[in-house]
Amino acid sequence: MFIYRCLNGSTDMSGSDAYITGIGQSEIGQKLSRSPLLLTIDAVRDALDEAGLAIGQIDGVSTYPGRTPAMLGFSPVGVEDLVDALGIRASWYAGATEISSQLGAVVEAAMAVRAGLARHIICFRTVYEAAALARPDEYPIPRRERVDGYSQWLAPFHAMSASNWVAQYAMRHTKQYGLTREQLGQIAITGRANAVRNPNALVREALSMDEYLSARMISTPLCLCDCDRYTDASTVLIVSAGDAVDEVSCTPVRIAAMAGSVERYSWDQAELMASYPTGVDLWKRTDYTPADVDTVQLYDGFSFLALTWLEALGFCELGEAGQFVEGGSRIALDGELPLNTFGGQLGAGRLHGFGFAHESVVQLRGRGGDRQIPGEPRVAVCTSGGGPLATALLLAKD
Amino acid sequence: MNRDFWTGGAENELRILRCQDCAVFIHPPRPVCRNCLSENVAAEVVAGTGTIDTYTVNYQKWRPDLEVPFVIARVALDGVPGVILTTNIVGCSADDVDVGQRVRVTFEQHDDVYLPLFERLD
Ligand SMILES: [Zn+2]
Repeated sequence: MFIYRCLNGSTDMSGSDAYITGIGQSEIGQKLSRSPLLLTIDAVRDALDEAGLAIGQIDGVSTYPGRTPAMLGFSPVGVEDLVDALGIRASWYAGATEISSQLGAVVEAAMAVRAGLARHIICFRTVYEAAALARPDEYPIPRRERVDGYSQWLAPFHAMSASNWVAQYAMRHTKQYGLTREQLGQIAITGRANAVRNPNALVREALSMDEYLSARMISTPLCLCDCDRYTDASTVLIVSAGDAVDEVSCTPVRIAAMAGSVERYSWDQAELMASYPTGVDLWKRTDYTPADVDTVQLYDGFSFLALTWLEALGFCELGEAGQFVEGGSRIALDGELPLNTFGGQLGAGRLHGFGFAHESVVQLRGRGGDRQIPGEPRVAVCTSGGGPLATALLLAKD
Repeated sequence: MNRDFWTGGAENELRILRCQDCAVFIHPPRPVCRNCLSENVAAEVVAGTGTIDTYTVNYQKWRPDLEVPFVIARVALDGVPGVILTTNIVGCSADDVDVGQRVRVTFEQHDDVYLPLFERLD
């Protein structure tokens, strides 16, 4: 398996690379009755089956952000729930909020297998926000007793939604660089077009530019179609050590480079989002360049974040992402840089970061079905976050 | 630590924490200077004028009693390099707000707290 070294990538042949092996996903829906733990186990089963691994071979668990009792819909399942339910004998585990966004859980797992702390680590992200909102008796809506932390600087001005925070960065792009609503709308339109071809996606309806432009405004320039929606689902990625990939039956995908960073959490004191330094760092850690990338899966919890990622990762210059995506042909399934081929969060649902890594692996393995991009993709970039925290992964099929 | 900022409006003063050793402004307030790590920090009165760095017009009723639309903005304060306040622009139509406009603080009292809001200067 050490022949999985790539010609222009890592020169490390010691087997200390980290790989994504099995991937899995539960049903994606809203107001699901199946419990979040069982959704997680559906995704685990799916990933184990694909990798040909038994649960007894799993010796690590990693998640983001861990079970969050104050907001159970946001994160209803923690490492301890999975370890207990499945009898996992974990020699390493982590579930942390204070890491570089959702895919930071994959970064942690990759570091753990490279350090020899575990061989096969289940990484998962389970969301239950739609069901929790619909069943407040079971999932109480969190009460803000008092405003503290950075929100005390935002709440008095009714700026409590991330849409307001992202909108201000987006507005600056419209004023400074001439970003148009049509350009911004292309992220949602492309995502929804791809979701139509993804049988597991939440919103399987195409979106026209007219529909986008007439959608209800949330916080200018972001309209309803620029914001993802509450979703119930679980996504699993198994991260395996280089010297353990010969135990799996699927094609391993190498984590060729990783980057993550944090900005000041108050949002308003930052000139640029954390995605920008993250993108620069990613390319410092590999011999690959943006020109080698066959597809990008970029965080689009708000459409504008995907645009910032295109700039941050160097696919275009700062301020030029709007022109880059205009018309949609460049980022379409048959374009030069297919983007969010599963629908992104705007089309496939708010899987919260993990969907982008899952889809990267699907495409690199050629398992995309109706949404598979042409040719033989070998290199993908996936990201999570934006705003004050960000993670980027470069994935390669060697 | 935060009291000067939220109560300065009682004297019509916008107060921002500043390092007394290296003169760097510190916001949100912290007990230490991010530039020189000095703990010798104190609130100072600043001009209370600034420029709209960026903004958004919020249309969503996040709460049933919220009156929309209203303007959320980031204001870069004159004479306070590196500090940007998230605030509301009041006293004009949401349609009349734009990046780069000059604004001045106006305080809105809620019990013992005075919110620094901003209105257009021109
Ligand atoms: Zn200082």
